[in-house]
Amino acid sequence: MLLIPCPYCGPREETEFSYGGEAHIERPKQPEALSDEAWADYLFMTSNTKGVFLERWVHSHGCRRWFNAARDTLTNEVLAVYEMGDTPPKLEKRTYV
Amino acid sequence: MKSRYSIFSLLRNALSYHEGWPEAWRSPEPKPSYDVVIVGGGGHGLATAYYLAKEHGITNVAVIERGWLGGGNTGRNTTIVRSNYLWDESAHLYEHSLKLWEGLTRELNYNVMFSQRGVMNLAHSQHDLRELGRRIAANRLNGVDSEFLTPRQVKQFCPIIDLREGGRYPVLGASLQRRGGTARHDAIAWGYARAADALGVDIIQECPVEGFRIEKGRVRAVETAKGTIEAGKVALAVAGHSSVLAELAGFRLPIVCHPLQALVSEPVKPVIDCVVMSNAVHAYISQSDKGDLVIGAGVDRYIGYSQGGGLPVTEETLAAICELFPLFRRMRMMRCWGGTVDTCPDASPIVSKTPVEGMYINGGWGTGGFKSTPGSGWVYAHTIAHDEPHPLNAAFKLDRFTTGYLIDEHGAAAVAH
Ligand SMILES: Cc1cc2nc3c(=O)[nH]c(=O)nc-3n(C[C@H](O)[C@H](O)[C@H](O)COP(=O)(O)OP(=O)(O)OC[C@H]3O[C@@H](n4cnc5c(N)ncnc54)[C@H](O)[C@@H]3O)c2cc1C
Ligand SMILES: [Zn+2]
Repeated sequence: MLLIPCPYCGPREETEFSYGGEAHIERPKQPEALSDEAWADYLFMTSNTKGVFLERWVHSHGCRRWFNAARDTLTNEVLAVYEMGDTPPKLEKRTYV
Repeated sequence: MKSRYSIFSLLRNALSYHEGWPEAWRSPEPKPSYDVVIVGGGGHGLATAYYLAKEHGITNVAVIERGWLGGGNTGRNTTIVRSNYLWDESAHLYEHSLKLWEGLTRELNYNVMFSQRGVMNLAHSQHDLRELGRRIAANRLNGVDSEFLTPRQVKQFCPIIDLREGGRYPVLGASLQRRGGTARHDAIAWGYARAADALGVDIIQECPVEGFRIEKGRVRAVETAKGTIEAGKVALAVAGHSSVLAELAGFRLPIVCHPLQALVSEPVKPVIDCVVMSNAVHAYISQSDKGDLVIGAGVDRYIGYSQGGGLPVTEETLAAICELFPLFRRMRMMRCWGGTVDTCPDASPIVSKTPVEGMYINGGWGTGGFKSTPGSGWVYAHTIAHDEPHPLNAAFKLDRFTTGYLIDEHGAAAVAH
């Protein structure tokens, strides 16, 4: 089980949280101008990184606030948490083949 | 040609205390170049190699596996085989696969222990019931055997299920595919490997693919731990590593990888002779020939490559199993493990050409690609040989996410994700 450090409440068990998937996916500013390829990319394509991945969590059974996390998806280490809207912290890139 | 396995070879080898069995496949060093390089030595990659050689006469083929054959999801799954999918495209593809399973042991001269013991899907609510009714009707229209069972018939088919009133998960009915069942996970990898090897395919283990040489939009070679290998065509069959290899080749996929867990109990005498699945509560169960109960859970919600998941997920599954089968409450679980499942947004696979010329992808089978191993290899081999999909996999293209022609099989896929 993951131990997730909520930036507002401190470390809590995974079961208190819900997962929000990849972070920093911006809704297209001009949807009507978007090509089908660009729509597909926005809606469906994912980074699905094996390594350091930026993702969103919400502390559903706690403070109920959303936040971002940087987690290594192979080792499950949570390397950083930061507020929604913040720029991601500088972290050493980890990628695995 | 390898010696055939038979009752006589078994007896002959018994006389030498089974110490004289020949290797089932060679372990050659890679050649400098191949017509087709298949990346990934799971069931799908090995089946593809076999059908390339057998159906299309393409034998200058290598299967390159980072670890050992079947060490990925092939060797980690709960081995349920069925074809009762909702949409025409899927029904035809999975049914083709099921038909191949039916003759596979003989075709490969390798006992894949395919046991058509029947797969039952339970309905716990009015909604489940309607959903199942719709799927049974769709299955029948597509020539897939599927029937409805009333609660009484469910009890007859699987006597140990608890249908007393007041249970947490009342059973209102079920669908049954009698031709469905289970098979031996490793055997499918080993059987295809042995048969492909006999046709000239090189199987190279412990050799991760680390990159590609792509010139003017066309793939020319794969970079591996054992050096560069030139390739006329490159076929990815890496399941949980699809996105990683696609990124190395410069394109993106709609795939998300989740941990998916399974567990087995201590072995007991035969107690359940069919497969029972419940989509609503994420529990599925069968009994292996060794006697252990094989139980599958739902996915862990987050993206994960750790080949393991959290205890709360297995706990939830076991709670559901204990509700449905109270007699298992005192069973001890022996082992649990996880795989990395490559799920698509529509719970359907991608067997397709890619934006890179000469490169193909077979992935996104997610939580349910064991059953499709023979069919997937068969259509993928066709796609690679002809540089065009077979009609059976034409709809499972990568560009369906652009055209919007999704094949939503979340209901039939059985494990929510
Ligand atoms: C717990 C669990 C239960 C399941 N239950 C069922 C079930 O009951 N019924 C069903 O139909 N399906 C089930 N599935 C799904 C099924 O296991 C998979 O869809 C199927 O086995 C995928 O086969 P594959 O050959 O594509 O992948 P894999 O067997 O995962 O093979 C891919 C191979 O690629 C290799 N590879 C990865 N990266 C590289 C690289 N860079 N270089 C070289 N090689 C590489 C891997 O080592 C691996 O051996 C389950 C899965 C899990 C995890
Ligand atoms: Zn909190």
